[in-house]
Amino acid sequence: MGKKTIVPIGPYHPLLEEPEFFKLYCDGETVVDMEWETGYNHRGIEKICESKTFEQVFYVVERICGICSTSHPFAYANAVESIADVDIPLRAKLIRSIVGELERIHSHLLWVGLAGHFLGYNTLFMWAWKYREPVLDMFEIITGNRNSYAMFTIGGVRRDITAEQATQLIKVLDDVKVKTDLLVGAVMDDPVIHARLKGVGVLTAKDIHDFGAVGPTARASGVKIDVRRDDPYAAYDMLDWKVITAQGGGVFAKAEVRLLEMYESISMIKQCLEFLKKEEPGDIKVKVKDIPPGTGIGHAEAPRGEVFHFVKSDGGNSPIRHKIRAPSYTCIPTFRKSCIGGTISDAAIATAAVDPCYCCTERMTQVYDHRTGKRMMNAVELIKLSQQKTDEIRKKLKVKL
Amino acid sequence: MGKEIFYFLVFPGLIFSGVIGGILSWIDRKITARVQFRQGPPFFQPLYDFVKLLAKETIIPSRGSATTFVLAPVFALFGASISAVFILLPILGVETGFAGDLIVIIYLLNIPSLTFIIGALASGNPLAAVGASREMKLILSYEVPFLLVLISIIIKAGMTINLAEIIEYQAANGAFIGSLSGIIGFITIIMCIQAKLGLVPFDMAEGEGEICDGVIIESSGSILAMFKLTKYIMLFILPALITGLFMSGLSFVGINILWSILKIFAVLLLITLIRNTNPRVRIKQAMKFFWVWMNLFAIISIILAIFGL
Repeated sequence: MGKKTIVPIGPYHPLLEEPEFFKLYCDGETVVDMEWETGYNHRGIEKICESKTFEQVFYVVERICGICSTSHPFAYANAVESIADVDIPLRAKLIRSIVGELERIHSHLLWVGLAGHFLGYNTLFMWAWKYREPVLDMFEIITGNRNSYAMFTIGGVRRDITAEQATQLIKVLDDVKVKTDLLVGAVMDDPVIHARLKGVGVLTAKDIHDFGAVGPTARASGVKIDVRRDDPYAAYDMLDWKVITAQGGGVFAKAEVRLLEMYESISMIKQCLEFLKKEEPGDIKVKVKDIPPGTGIGHAEAPRGEVFHFVKSDGGNSPIRHKIRAPSYTCIPTFRKSCIGGTISDAAIATAAVDPCYCCTERMTQVYDHRTGKRMMNAVELIKLSQQKTDEIRKKLKVKL
Repeated sequence: MGKEIFYFLVFPGLIFSGVIGGILSWIDRKITARVQFRQGPPFFQPLYDFVKLLAKETIIPSRGSATTFVLAPVFALFGASISAVFILLPILGVETGFAGDLIVIIYLLNIPSLTFIIGALASGNPLAAVGASREMKLILSYEVPFLLVLISIIIKAGMTINLAEIIEYQAANGAFIGSLSGIIGFITIIMCIQAKLGLVPFDMAEGEGEICDGVIIESSGSILAMFKLTKYIMLFILPALITGLFMSGLSFVGINILWSILKIFAVLLLITLIRNTNPRVRIKQAMKFFWVWMNLFAIISIILAIFGL
């Protein structure tokens, strides 16, 4: 093997929207090894949640990720409601499902656009994002916000969907469906895209099981897992839909799964709206007085896969432990399988194909001394270290402040 | 001597082709923007970009070779300006040039690409090195079909290697694009031009999403400005060369001025649309595309040209 060069992707790179570092060890154009580093974006959300009341945590977890900002409250609501053992009204269930599916549509459109951008196909990028706009507008009409919808609360939802909003939503969905046809045509029928994406970053069903990957990443390899079907929550057991899978496991299959899932989401929202129409206007939430001691597990199918929340309550007004596992946490390690052996161009699109969400994934490391068991590198020491480094750089550059 | 310097610096060299190239790059960006439902830049944006970059700090990487790094864009600009002189003088009908100037043009057109490679390697950045190796492979792939198409043109024009005579021949016997071999040659050369200009689908040397602008990643300030100006000039002279080889050249006399603008505009539109409707391909695929398909097209074009089609 020849001399290896390190090609860095990150921490700041046009490929990544978020700070993350991939070290590609390359022999010419071929990637022979890779490493990845997280931790550039750690915010300590789990710890923050423990200092908030159960109600407030919704608005904290919503901000874990800007794109799938409903999936985290969804999973958290499932967890808390399982502790309190509340059954939410049907109307609230339907509205939750509508918001969740609408989010899937906008997230998948966003991914299609970004994938186009990474391939240098900026027209696809701009078109997909333009078609995403009406969906965001619809969010604004229904929830009041284009992003971070603040829609969920313990025992239900905070806003009702009126009849006018429902008609408006159906109109937008019909429009989105037409635009999806167009995008599907642009991606599935383009010979250059076929040549570029087929057989790139292939993950077999065995790899998916080995890495524990979830969501569209798993479904593109023919592994039929979907929380909405396997453990139905909200209104998903009332709806008629199918889990989209594809064979092949490459980037193309992942694109296929996402594009076809958009059709399913559109049909699911329409079914929910039908149910809403039949339903008499009524309560959208039940009052939950207090959360009893106990532990609760909640999960939800985010656009990227399963979001998992574990909440522990001691009967007080805030969780004493809140554990979050986002889908990217299991999907990102698959890069070792999908990128090594390919070229740099393939590595770029293969990393983007799982739609990684880095801010969901960030973890903190604590270092303990092996002998004494004392915690090293605490906040004070880190600040000291950082000041020391800054001083060194200043001295080197002869800059005074 | 004074005339040559005027040719090189003002018309049709540096300033003239730089300005026209800037306008063409604005048109390219505006069309791209309209295709993508965007507003697009104002008319003077290429000028703003250039002037702004001149005023910016130029950072020279400490790891690389500073002299080579600084000189590379200068040579790129020189190469582009001199090719502009050799291409535009016969095409605009100012001077006839000399026998065999087409061969000189082929060599000169390679200088900008080569200096991009040298500049990239001198910067000492691994991403630039990847970009440079891709650019090298790309040159190796598109240069052969490019030459083969020129051979087909030379055969069609009655075995002359003089650009002015090729244009004269077309003026007398009709533009080459009207013939079968001409159309096949035109398709081939448009693809080669796309690669020479480093546009999608052959922009892997700069692949933004993969290697962050590759060959020019370390360029900043006036170095980047010179590279940009080189690209503006190339964006004008390569379509101009195509109009000379296939559409009987340009002319700025009377009503012909409109016709000339239309020709350049048509070629530019084609290039812009190709770049907006395709994803970037892998370097291997690009090499295969040129070596197999484009060479085949070019050889068919030569055979047809021999039979006078």
